[in-house]
Amino acid sequence: MTAQNKLWGRIVDLVPHAVLILGVLIFAFPIYMTLIGSTWDAATIARGNLPLIPGGEGLHNYAAAWSEGRGERVVYTPVRIMMWNSLVMALTIAVGKIAISILSAFAIAFFRFHFRMIFFWMIFITLMLPVEVRIIPTYKVVADLGLIDTYAGLTIPLIASATATLLFRQFFLTIPDELVEAAKIDGAGPMRFFFDVLLPLSRTNIAALFVILFIYGWNQYLWPLLITTSREMQTIVIGITKMIGTGEAATDWNLIMATTVLALLPPVAVVVLMQRWFVKGLVDSEK
Amino acid sequence: MQRRVVFENKWLPYLLVAPQVAITLIFFHWPAAQAIEQSMLLQDAFGLRQTFVWFENFEIVLSDPNYLDTLRITVVFSVAVTVLSMVLALLFAVLANAQIAGRGVYKTLLIWPYALAPAVAAVLWIFIFNPEIGVLGRALNNMGLRWDYRLNDTQALVMVVLASAWKQVSYNFIFFLAGLQAIPRSLLEAAAIDGAGPVRRFWTVTFPLLSPTTFFLLVVNIVYAFFETFGVIHALTKGGPGKATETLIYRVYLDGVINNDLGGSSAQSVLLMLVVIALTAIQFRFIERKVHYA
Repeated sequence: MTAQNKLWGRIVDLVPHAVLILGVLIFAFPIYMTLIGSTWDAATIARGNLPLIPGGEGLHNYAAAWSEGRGERVVYTPVRIMMWNSLVMALTIAVGKIAISILSAFAIAFFRFHFRMIFFWMIFITLMLPVEVRIIPTYKVVADLGLIDTYAGLTIPLIASATATLLFRQFFLTIPDELVEAAKIDGAGPMRFFFDVLLPLSRTNIAALFVILFIYGWNQYLWPLLITTSREMQTIVIGITKMIGTGEAATDWNLIMATTVLALLPPVAVVVLMQRWFVKGLVDSEK
Repeated sequence: MQRRVVFENKWLPYLLVAPQVAITLIFFHWPAAQAIEQSMLLQDAFGLRQTFVWFENFEIVLSDPNYLDTLRITVVFSVAVTVLSMVLALLFAVLANAQIAGRGVYKTLLIWPYALAPAVAAVLWIFIFNPEIGVLGRALNNMGLRWDYRLNDTQALVMVVLASAWKQVSYNFIFFLAGLQAIPRSLLEAAAIDGAGPVRRFWTVTFPLLSPTTFFLLVVNIVYAFFETFGVIHALTKGGPGKATETLIYRVYLDGVINNDLGGSSAQSVLLMLVVIALTAIQFRFIERKVHYA
């Protein structure tokens, strides 16, 4: 091999890295600019010459976004309230979906009872009814129940889950009959079997689903947009777009950017820190 | 399909399925039925009386040139988002799957955007591409491009496509990577021994074996573009300028929530329901087939 060939080989080896680094930068750049924006003052941003390096207003911006609720031009819900709402929503949806799905999957997989398959299909068919296609009537049901502007209205209608039920059922069908028989011989009832055997065996599935569902809940948009009218109930994702309004140059972009960073921190942290479970949850629950 | 050994209990199974079934009945089946009923009712101008009109609302919706425009925009938008995000994801996945240094780091740095809400992705893009304050928006204007996605139809559509695709790449990347890792190394080595270069190996071995993943992602991405991009559009353009970025789902929201046209909005909802049912049916037929051959 000549020296020239070797050099050429080196260059070819670098191409994948170059493309991947470019990809990483395309994803990181908007976040970088958001971080930068959150460290300058509103006037600098409004003039349109935001530097590419951090400024000195960061602490002030984050503190103001977190607790004040009033910039120079926008009035908004303080981030601590919106974060709390988003957290309640994400946790209730994640825990609720897992709880009711694992129970119904347990019933469908481990019992023989009338209407078993009808119940199964009733749950299954919700796959085909995303909230977007039944917006108005679902909103009406929630309004009739007096659940507008409540955590219950925000979360309960999203708690039914066909995918989680299917996933648990699939997993339960792989549990050997001997295990069930052994439990019966030991005199364990169904609920005892559920708590002492099934639940511990389902640990990884639960963790994986939790990561996916937490992000799903945190990122909800259309539903909270309809269900929350009071500022105290606003979730953070909705809050940001309300702050932006029509996107004028002269607005409190520094506060909006600080709020954006705080809004994306929890779900990004969950994905990065629980990456293994997250990938498993995603691949399992969707396939 | 059920297990051979089961528990015997008269009422416990009903108690166990009750919460899930109650929620699906109250918040899924009942509203869906309402949507179908409402789609066949016509309200008078004062909203006082409703008459049953069979499929008149559907006829009105489907013969409305505005609706057909919205449909056309939705198709263009969905195809663009799907193709762009899948091609980029496949490229990154193939490269990150190769035996290169730092692939774990690349992987982490490419999957995190999954965690962003579509609306938040839109906010990031606004801050960069705003014609007055955005770094790139101003750069485009300085280059003499007259960049303002708030006024220009095409630019608005480009913005929502790019923001929506940008957010979706990581999802597709995860699935392509999982699909690639499932391809037996021996097959690729055999092809290499036969003298096939990397590009040829990709098109004759990798890509065909990846087709279940590709097909699955195709359906998921269409669903994403149809429904979940509502947040992107609502945050970025509100369907505008004019109706340039109004997709079907955005229009259901506008007609039902903002314009209060219940019959028309419900008819549109029912049409979208049919789209979802068709896509889900395709998905499941395909999964069934895959199970057979696995």
